[in-house]
Parts: sequence; structure tokens; C-alpha cells
Amino acid sequence: MTLRIFVPSDAAALSMGANAVATAVQAEIESRGMDAVLVRNGSRGLLWLEPLLEIETPDGRIGYGPVAAADVTTILAAGAAGAHPRKLGRVDAIPYLANQQRLTFERCGITDPLSLDEYSVHGGLKGLRRALDMTPADIVKEVIDSGLRGRGGAGFPTGIKWRTVLQTEAPQKYIVCNADEGDSGTFSDRMLMEGDPFALIEGMAIAGIATGASKGYVYIRSEYPHAFAQFNRAIAVAREKNLLGRGILGSSRDFDLEARLGAGAYICGEETSLLESLEGKRGQIRFKPPLPAISGLFAKPTVVNNAISLATVPVILAKGGGFYRDFGMGRSRGTMPLQLAGNIKRGGLVERAFGLTLREIIEGFGGGTWSGRPVRAVQVGGPLGAYWPTSLFDVPLDYEAFAAKGGMIGHGGIVVFDDTVDLAKQARFAFHFCAIESCGKCTPCRIGARRGAETMDKIMRGERVVQNIELVHDLCETMRDGSLCALGGLTPMPVVSAMEHFPEDFDRGAAHRAAAE
Amino acid sequence: MLKKHSPHFHDDWDPESARGIIEQYKGLEGPLLPILNALQERFGHLGDPAVRLVAEILNLTRAEVHGVVSFYHDYRREPAGRHVIKVCRAEACQSMGCEDLVGRLERALGIHLSETTHDRRVTLEEVYCLGNCALSPSAMVDGELLGRASEEKILAAVGEQA
Repeated sequence: MTLRIFVPSDAAALSMGANAVATAVQAEIESRGMDAVLVRNGSRGLLWLEPLLEIETPDGRIGYGPVAAADVTTILAAGAAGAHPRKLGRVDAIPYLANQQRLTFERCGITDPLSLDEYSVHGGLKGLRRALDMTPADIVKEVIDSGLRGRGGAGFPTGIKWRTVLQTEAPQKYIVCNADEGDSGTFSDRMLMEGDPFALIEGMAIAGIATGASKGYVYIRSEYPHAFAQFNRAIAVAREKNLLGRGILGSSRDFDLEARLGAGAYICGEETSLLESLEGKRGQIRFKPPLPAISGLFAKPTVVNNAISLATVPVILAKGGGFYRDFGMGRSRGTMPLQLAGNIKRGGLVERAFGLTLREIIEGFGGGTWSGRPVRAVQVGGPLGAYWPTSLFDVPLDYEAFAAKGGMIGHGGIVVFDDTVDLAKQARFAFHFCAIESCGKCTPCRIGARRGAETMDKIMRGERVVQNIELVHDLCETMRDGSLCALGGLTPMPVVSAMEHFPEDFDRGAAHRAAAE
Repeated sequence: MLKKHSPHFHDDWDPESARGIIEQYKGLEGPLLPILNALQERFGHLGDPAVRLVAEILNLTRAEVHGVVSFYHDYRREPAGRHVIKVCRAEACQSMGCEDLVGRLERALGIHLSETTHDRRVTLEEVYCLGNCALSPSAMVDGELLGRASEEKILAAVGEQA
């Protein structure tokens, strides 16, 4: 049997030299005349091990990582049974992976991302085939029953959005996938689009059938050129194999989709800005109401869902809403693909049912900091998420539990900082980022962000610290309550949490006084 | 920095090929971003003639097209250097010392962020998140992603010695 050797084409793997490894593998296969084939898979999400090379054996896939091109000759000479310093053993037995519950990322890193046959063999298309035999209302009900909430960050029940679109009559409706994954510390949309793109295509097709939409758009940020290229290749395969187009999978239903590239604007991750951008305009947010579900893209009823939400739909339809709902805790049902990032020893993607604590994730999976210094702070939920100290590490991953402590899960990004972090700098950055990315439509965000950064500068210089901190609190209240969207409305979250949990970093007056004496 | 009206400004501007690009995409729903992306990819920037031509063919005002071009960080009104280095300055990369990396690159290249070297060889820019946050700090050099980026790695990618 032909031996299969895997080297990921995921952008993170490429960033560590995966293409050079792949070239070396190909050269070795040819020069040794091996009966072997190189497969460019997605990433398993064990990113500190990239490039992760795998050799398939009857006893499972044997991994090596991180691999350099120079290691390839000795790895292939030793063979999967032999010893090698880079050998990791069976990849699926590595605790980081073995301790996960992969539903959305079930196939990512395992299959050839562009082989629809392999997708199908590994459980793909079951959900869509089942949906094609169901009424739209039943599909929507299945998604509502699953308890799936928007994985982009807002956590709004996905099925409820679908129901509104289904119930709104219109000659044309749209499914829009938000893949404008701008939060620092997140990469799950990217990994999925590169590693298992058919899951997203299938999820969007199911959404189309459920709501009566025949056209979909995937809005991918321009910082993801590899994901955009890979997703377009997947669309071409899907059209050729009738997963997209007229009469999908031999049914009477039509659904097609198009990937669109952004042009660098964090705000386009906000759903109404994204719609404006797709229409070819400045990405300025819209007033709500009307909701996009009623009047969205080109004023037509539009489902706008995050890529992970949509890619989770196939498993829900394949195994039933109840199966998915049985994972998780409280009102946070199912699994969450978390992304461990920043100053972390073992960074990567961890998909687990809701309910795990931050400590279990950061210490258990992550193994502490990359620098080896103590963890001091963690920011969960992207640039608009709270900065937390280690004393909050026993809070379980759950939308409500996080909100109760003044934080949010957002899109599941966890950025770890060691004890060299200056939280006053981080708070200033939150304002600065908001100022750079504000669409300019509302005053609290457009002006507030600038005044906030200036006031933080004063605090950091030790000027009237007590009064200026009070001023920042006041400004944060205005931004939170007065901004039109989450950018201005949530910028206070990192700022206020940093001031609350790390007051010593803001008390520059004391430091300056000491220096003056 | 390159002056706005330098002789290089519209060097490779080719109205016929630009028209072809615009015609290719103008049938799309919401064609403006795909057109601007394609024009910038072809010509490296979106100068006044590009803005005028897009406005004319799509029947928009130049102000509308300019408004879109100026809104998005990616669009350039002037050409960049032959190599473009984008260094991520978002939180995950901050936690791994990207500010220090930016400082080193600025010193090595003798320019600040958003500037191009005098020989027009390298443009240095900031970016907020490349989605490679488990392998920070990250940078993108001419569209290629670099993880665990260092001054040496980045300068080697543009053919400079650290």
C-alpha cells in the first residue's frame, strides 16, 4: 500500500517552514523511489510542534515535530518504526490532542482539505444530506435545540437568527459568513478554512436550505491570503462535485457561494460594517434596527454567522441537536474551539466542551509561559476582552460565568502575558487600537478613544493620577453606554479590568514621587 | 519617504489593462472592493488615474471611490518599496516582544513604521493580527507569513543582513 506522509499547508505551519519540509519530503520520495505520497493536510492545532510531519502506519499516524527540512532524510531513513530525536509517537495519543473533544475540528489536520471524498469518508456531507430531506422549519429547530450560540463573540443563538430569516418573505436572501477574524489571539476561522473548508461550505449550504437563501458570501480578511486562496480552491472543487451550484447533491435546491477579500479594517468584523463592505462601501456600521435578518445585504434578509458557528452546523445536523447540546454547561452548550496564544509554551487550538477552567487550559494544555516566567495576566476574548489576574483562573469557560466577572469569551482567544507586562500600557493600547479602527460614525468611539489614550499617557507620566483615573472611568462609562457598536462599547472592558485588577500598574504617581526624591 | 509626485508615481499605469480588470469584476454584486483589490494587486497602488477610471466605469463619484480607498488600511495611494514588511503589533505579539522587534527593524533599516527606504527597497508597516498568535511574534514579508519572527529572520527574507 502506498505510504502517506503528511506535512501541513496551514499558514502557521508555513510560517515555521512547512513548505521547505514538504519539498524535502517530495525529493526524498523521488530519490529513494519510495511507494509514498505527500499529503498537504491542515494543522492539528498543536502549533508549537509545527511543522508537524506525520507518517501513516497500520497502528496510527506517527508524528515528528517541530521538523526542519534537514531532518527529513533521517526521519524517512529510520521509518515510522525507527527511533528519531523528533519523534513524538502517535499523534492522537499526544495528551494535548487526546484530551480534546473535537466536533467542529473533527477532521482538521487529519484529512486532505481539498478531497471531498475524504471529507465524506470522515463524516462530512451527512448533515447536508439529512437537511435535504427535512423541512426548513425542522432544520431551524434542530439548530435551536442544539443550543449553538454565535462563536464570533456575541454568543447570540444561531438558530434564532435563522428563524427570523426563514420567516421573512423575500425573493432573494443571503447567507453571509463572517470570517473577518480580527481579534488578536484568534486563528480558529483561519485554521478551519485552510484545514477543513468543506465543513464551512456544508454549513452554509445547510443554512441556505433552512432559510431559503440561494447565495452565500464568505468575507475573509486580507491578512489571511493563504486562507482565501485555499477556500477558493475548495469552492472550485465543491462546484465541480455539485456540493455547490444548481441542484446540490442531486436535490432540487440551489446554493452557491463566493469568497470575498476584505481590505484591512477591524471594524468589518462587526456584522453591519461587514455588509457595507460587501456592498462596496466604507465599512461604517449601520443603525440597528433593522436587524440584518430582516434587512441585511442589499437590504435583503441575511443570516450573518461566524465561520465557526456555520462550520459547526454539519455535525449538529449529522448527529442531532441533542448530541451537541449534551456537551457544555449552563446555557453554554456544545464545544468551544479555544485558541491559546501569546506568551505560552504550548500554543494552539483546544476544542473542549464549555466548563473547563482557565487554569486547566493555560497550565494543563498550555504548560505555562513560553518565557518560563510566571503568568501575570491573561486577556480572553480579543482586544475588547478583559485582562484578568491569575486569581480568576478558576472561572469556568461559560458565557455567563465570564460575564458575571466582567469578562467575555468572545471568539475564544486566550492571550497569556508573563510578569513583564505593564497593564497601564495595555490599557492605553486598548484605546489606541479603538482609535485606529473606529469607523468614525459615533462620537463616543471616534473621540473617546483618542481622549482615552491621551489621558492614559498622563497617568503613565504620573500626572494627577487619581483624578485622571477617575476621568478614564467616566469616559469608559460614556463609551460603554453611548457607542453604537461593540468596538466603542467594549473598549472599556480591557481598560477597566486592567485598572481594577492591576491598580499597582496605574499608580505611577508613587513611582514618580519616589524617583523625584 | 517617496514624494507624492515622484516620477515613479504612475510608472506602470496602463489604462487599457486597468479597464480590463474593472470590466472583469463589474458584474459582481458589490464589485468595488474586488476591483480595488485587483487593481492594487496589478499596479501596487491606487493612484488618481485608477480612482478616476473606477468612478467613471462604475458610475460613482470620485469622492465615493476615494472615500472607500481611504477607509481601508490596505489601500495605497502611493507605491510601496519592492519588499513590504508587515510586523504584527497586536496583543499576542506584544506579549512576545513585538515592540522591541519593531524598534530593531526601524534601526536596521533606518526608517520608521509606514516609511520606505531611500533606495525604495523596503517598506516597513504595522499590522494588527496575522492570525498566527501561537507563534508570536509574527510578521508578513511580501505576503509570506513568518512565525517566531526575529530581526534576522525578517531581514533575511528581504535579502538584507541583520
